[in-house]
Amino acid sequence: MTSLQELHGRRGRVITDKNAQEITRVEELAYDLKISDVMSPELHVVTPEMSMADLLEILRDAQISGTPVVDSGKMVGIVSLEDLIRSMRENELASPIKKYMTSSVIAARSYDPVVEAIEMITKHHVGRLPVIDENEKLVGIITKGDITRGVLNALQKDYQEEEIRRYRASHLFEDIISDRTSLILRYRIKVGDIIHGGNASSNIKRALLRLGANPQIARRCGIAIYEAEMNLIIHTLDGGMIRVEIEPHRILMQAIDNGPGIDDIEKAMQAGYSTATEEIRELGFGAGMGLINIQRCVDKMTLDSVPGKGTKLDMKIYLQPEESFRESS
Amino acid sequence: MKLKEIVELIDGTIFNKNPNLAIEIKGGCGADLMSDVLASVQPEAILLTGLCNPQVVRTAQMADVRAIIFVRGKQPSNDTIELAEQEELPLITSPYGMFELCGRLFQAGLPSLETDMQQTRND
Repeated sequence: MTSLQELHGRRGRVITDKNAQEITRVEELAYDLKISDVMSPELHVVTPEMSMADLLEILRDAQISGTPVVDSGKMVGIVSLEDLIRSMRENELASPIKKYMTSSVIAARSYDPVVEAIEMITKHHVGRLPVIDENEKLVGIITKGDITRGVLNALQKDYQEEEIRRYRASHLFEDIISDRTSLILRYRIKVGDIIHGGNASSNIKRALLRLGANPQIARRCGIAIYEAEMNLIIHTLDGGMIRVEIEPHRILMQAIDNGPGIDDIEKAMQAGYSTATEEIRELGFGAGMGLINIQRCVDKMTLDSVPGKGTKLDMKIYLQPEESFRESS
Repeated sequence: MKLKEIVELIDGTIFNKNPNLAIEIKGGCGADLMSDVLASVQPEAILLTGLCNPQVVRTAQMADVRAIIFVRGKQPSNDTIELAEQEELPLITSPYGMFELCGRLFQAGLPSLETDMQQTRND
């Protein structure tokens, strides 16, 4: 659990309400990514007694521009290319590193979000920060370059995962040629399985979004099928089946069960009428708004029910005006 | 209004590990019956509720609710928190009651995103 105070301490400083509106995914990533995700864990450590000439060799070999100074396991300073140039100008390459290093060292914590490192780098005008872990042990170094690389990698990964899925799915109908193409999704719904209630609907909504449905359409379908799914869980004898047929011009969602059937459909369609038990109501259902919600969300709802036999609920949402195609079913 | 502002206004505690407090909340909706939520709420609202089961997360997801506040210090079950983490939906608990919470948020300028029964019928 994260308290607001903690979030404030860690995060509240950078984003003010004024600029919060302009938050981009990159900035979000600066909060999501941990410093340990982007830092360079390879450390080229020097000691305070080593000479500046030794430092020159290390920086040149490792092609780095600075490194922490460690004395018997403890970090005591940081030394950079600038310090090296200073020592060269003064002809002091033989001097120990401790003479030129910066000894008041600020360090980033590996478990903090990257935004903390960005803030420290900006505030203290430094090019790099040593990174310490929970036990104050030196575990790496972070530079502006590490941050840029880390954010770019995360962005690319982010983008690829969902975009590829979405791209593939949204081209499904264009890529397959037939006189009439449809995609059918089927879900078996168990009676009484309240705890998983909505899983099928959630998957249906996600599928529609991936197939390129606009958010309003996905939302309408989601609400309607969720009400229908909960009805199957709450009111049927042995659960039922959800079937969704997706075509480029329309979505047909069906909830089918084998009973008990609805005695009085007219009554069932009244706002506030419900046969749900007190237990179900305590779980937040049985407001008597289900079928009304469904009717409101879909373009065409057909409810067929025979007491003792079962119920079939058809819900259609048209993606193109009805006149522009002929229903074959 | 940013979620961060809302959490401050209600002395909220967040259950998610890495919540995004920068998301924009357009308004509020308060209900304990999920069908009422589905019937009335417009997209991008925050939901105030006393209901703590996983269905509240599913309902939020279907109705494009951005975050959930549990009233009177209620604690959602682990199932609920797990599902919310999976769906990246912020869960917040506040010590205050429903009336107090709606009042605080409304007064701070957060509008209602509930459609009333008249509109629901005419839709």
